[in-house]
Amino acid sequence: MALTLDDINRIAHLARIEIDAHDAAQVLGKLTAIFGMINELQSIDTTGIVPMSHAQDVALPLREDRVTEPDQHAAFQALAPSVQDGLYLVPKVLE
Amino acid sequence: MAALDDTVAGLAQALRERRLSSVEATQEALRRIAGAQPQLNAFITVDEDGALAAARDADAALARGDAGHLAGVPIAHKDVLMTAGLRTTCGSRMLERFVAPYDANVVAGLKAAGTVLVGKTNMDEFAMGSSNETSYFGPVRNPWDPRYVPGGSSGGSAAAVAARLVPAATGTDTGGSIRQPAALSGICGLKPTYGISSRYGLIAFASSLDTPGPFARTAEDCALLLNAMAGHDPRDATSIERPREDYARRLRDAPSGRPLEGLRIGLPREYRGEGISSDVSAAVDEAVAEFRRLGATTVDLSLPTVKYSVPVYYVIAPAEASSNLSRFDGARYGHRAEHYTDLLDMYKKSRSEGFGAEVKRRILVGTYVLSHGYYDAYYLKAQQVRRLIADDFQRAFAQCEIILGPTAPTAAFELGAKTDDPVQMYLNDIFTIAGNLTGTPALSIPGGFSKDGLPIGLQLQANYFEEARLLEVAHRFQHATDWHARAPEMSGTAVAKARA
Repeated sequence: MALTLDDINRIAHLARIEIDAHDAAQVLGKLTAIFGMINELQSIDTTGIVPMSHAQDVALPLREDRVTEPDQHAAFQALAPSVQDGLYLVPKVLE
Repeated sequence: MAALDDTVAGLAQALRERRLSSVEATQEALRRIAGAQPQLNAFITVDEDGALAAARDADAALARGDAGHLAGVPIAHKDVLMTAGLRTTCGSRMLERFVAPYDANVVAGLKAAGTVLVGKTNMDEFAMGSSNETSYFGPVRNPWDPRYVPGGSSGGSAAAVAARLVPAATGTDTGGSIRQPAALSGICGLKPTYGISSRYGLIAFASSLDTPGPFARTAEDCALLLNAMAGHDPRDATSIERPREDYARRLRDAPSGRPLEGLRIGLPREYRGEGISSDVSAAVDEAVAEFRRLGATTVDLSLPTVKYSVPVYYVIAPAEASSNLSRFDGARYGHRAEHYTDLLDMYKKSRSEGFGAEVKRRILVGTYVLSHGYYDAYYLKAQQVRRLIADDFQRAFAQCEIILGPTAPTAAFELGAKTDDPVQMYLNDIFTIAGNLTGTPALSIPGGFSKDGLPIGLQLQANYFEEARLLEVAHRFQHATDWHARAPEMSGTAVAKARA
């Protein structure tokens, strides 16, 4: 199924990436070529094949429920674009 | 100063025997980096003060006699690995001013072994690229000929080691990002088994594939570095718990006439023929003959599904990337746009300005394949074919210990040659991607030169956890050949003098 400009605009919105009309047309061309290659996969019979999500079949490790991390919020928030009273500042979302 | 032209093993020994100090070696590395920077652009950040302070500490430890096994050796880290207190950009405008709050596990391991960090190397943005042309900080150039790319995504680390600016560096390999630049730059690069070198502090691209590993000029040096990088780390949920091992343990016996007697090397028919340049094929043939002289036998085999590696990778890696890179939202760290109307607009503008074209492309591909109605057709299908590829490799490793072939289909290409055609660029990783999809270890070593005088890499692959054997096989090859000892003209003292 061919990708359309509507698809590009929809996934750009889902990915929270702003894209103008000129870029969208260019991206459509490149993604069409990439999906042309990816679509080779559709011809392979994978009936009954267990998907491989990871290189190693390891169970998620568990650890004791105890505090291991010190409080570093000041160090981490020093990296933030805008902070006040220990909170990250963003534009207002509720009136 | 010739000491910096030596291997890691040689330099570490010279430092232990106090034939030179770490401060001297580090100053020389800094001179070479400054001399080469205008031409190669291999570094994003150089930490002169930090490096000299670490060198003085190393000299003190060497004097006391309680130094680590790599004490005083200057190295560089790929700028995707977090280094506490030092800028870590990932080659992106998004993190242009990001100072890492802690060390990556492999950074800490190499620090504990005594290495001296001189700086952070240039890379494709968020490790997405095969030519080091997508970096926000400009392309890296190949020290063998600056008209050519060094490979990517760890192009800065590869170029720095090839030009003898530092004897070793770190990289990360998600689809070939250590092995392909090692091949194109004429050095060694090891992608270990997934899960033996921790991803803690590695800025995530595709978490089921990302693997930190070393660049150096010899297999022996790769083993010494891996000894400091590997080991169980509870902070990485996919780190494997197994006893520590000495990856150099099989290199110490004196080589006999036929040191690889009993070794079976598999030669997949899919690693030959179409799409591979004639000089690369000739280099592989020559290596096969050399391995036979060393006592190995060969077996022809087939990896019928390996041709699907590239499409599988370009579903799985972007899918994981689109999720991992959603953390860059302009709120907590990284770039925030100056002008925006509301929260959604802040996210969109910050991400659009902060990410480059290739990163955005992959986020969009990943978002699409994970989106409603397409998940089964793309992501699930790719994971199923990933299983078929892994099964092919297990059948192959039942017939041989090592699989040999080219690392990349051609030697380095010129800057700009593939930037307009992502699919052509992606096909450069056709032989390396399977190592990431399966999680098995693979090593690229120098194996000759193209007719244009550019290096050609050989890829040796082994089964899970067989790094020590892999490194031994490469070490025996390097004992019998001298491809790894060749240096580009613009290297070492030449670049230090260029500045003076």
